[in-house]
Amino acid sequence: MEYLSPLWLTLKVAALATLLALIFGVAAARALGRRGGVVRDAAESLLTLPLVLPPTVLGYYLLVVLGRNGAIGGWLHDAFGISLIFTWQGATIAAAVAAFPLILRAARAAFREVDPQLERAARTLGLNATAVFFRVSLPLAWRGICAGALLAFARAMGEFGATLMVAGSLPGRTQTLSIAIYNAVMAGDDATAQALVLVALVVAVVALVLAAQILQRNHRGDDDAA
Amino acid sequence: MRLEVDIAKTLRARDREFRLELKFASAAAVTVLFGPSGAGKTQTLYAIAGLTRPERGLIHVGDTALFDARRGIDLPPHRRGIGYVFQDYALFPHLNVLQNVAFATSRGVLLNPRQASSEVYALLARFALGKLASSHPHQLSGGQRQRVALARALAAKPRLLLLDEPFAALDAPLRARLREELLAVRAQFDVPMVVITHDPDDVAALGGHVVAMENGRAA
Repeated sequence: MEYLSPLWLTLKVAALATLLALIFGVAAARALGRRGGVVRDAAESLLTLPLVLPPTVLGYYLLVVLGRNGAIGGWLHDAFGISLIFTWQGATIAAAVAAFPLILRAARAAFREVDPQLERAARTLGLNATAVFFRVSLPLAWRGICAGALLAFARAMGEFGATLMVAGSLPGRTQTLSIAIYNAVMAGDDATAQALVLVALVVAVVALVLAAQILQRNHRGDDDAA
Repeated sequence: MRLEVDIAKTLRARDREFRLELKFASAAAVTVLFGPSGAGKTQTLYAIAGLTRPERGLIHVGDTALFDARRGIDLPPHRRGIGYVFQDYALFPHLNVLQNVAFATSRGVLLNPRQASSEVYALLARFALGKLASSHPHQLSGGQRQRVALARALAAKPRLLLLDEPFAALDAPLRARLREELLAVRAQFDVPMVVITHDPDDVAALGGHVVAMENGRAA
């Protein structure tokens, strides 16, 4: 099925991008910590830039960094012979960078919601700071982080501008759903465009239903305990 | 066991400044920090537990220096062996009673009931929590929460137990009973205690060494 290829690619890219954004977003939120402050707030603003920059600007900077003459791209090429440009891995990185701020902000807000007294209690019970993070802070902030991850996944699914600039539009290799739709419309292939739009719509609805179910189960889990 | 505290710290919150400057030594089984709210009692317990760092001074428990500015000693809270029963109990809402009590011994890992040690079950039985083992904190009454907090702190086998206003959240009849109960626990587990209160009745009932505090100083 020619419609399924961009779908699988998009799901793969979006899922991996969300995972990457989750790891780095939660780590960054943890590093920024609970308290505000000029430096920390400035750092958060800087890390939020991918959300507010036009995707093409983001794509341009990614090309600058990941391209063969870029700091990371050059090193990857010289050391391993790897190039990320025009690959689905490059698309994944583009989507992850675009989705990262959503998780960072959700995680920082969620960590702030955790009662600091609980973290103090865990310290007095013999856990070091790292253990407190994994055993107390993270489990209690998890729901807020999940909400951020859903938004991040949606953002990664719909990523267009940066992905196009970094990974191009190679059918079967880097052509994600939104790029395939754009190409079909530009080529005047209405049938393909309609089919792809329908696929995207179904995915969005399924994701929405799944998300609602997960959140509801969470709710019920809490109520069981009530 | 002798507790020796001689600390100073300036706390700033927005435009207010508060100076804690406290010195006392106690070899009593129960030491009572008595004073109005805002006297610096909780900050003193934080300093003993290592949750806040004094600017200068020392905190000794028995032969162990928990904090000694001059010698550069400042044990982190998880290595001090100080039990703490917080005023709001600070029970972990994502864990049930068993998991809360087993937190120190399980290092906070979610465990299935069979993995809990016999000591944890003994504590649950001692504090009449056996039937509540799989309940979560928000399902418990105030008195039950306090017992969980006490059992959780004792499970870590602390060398000193700190209690912040342990009776303030409870109604009067329960309060009287729990003072007795607390003294019985102290005797049974043979652990010295530092208890914060603003209630003269607590001071009378608990006895021991009383440190009256006002405005960050021993009055």
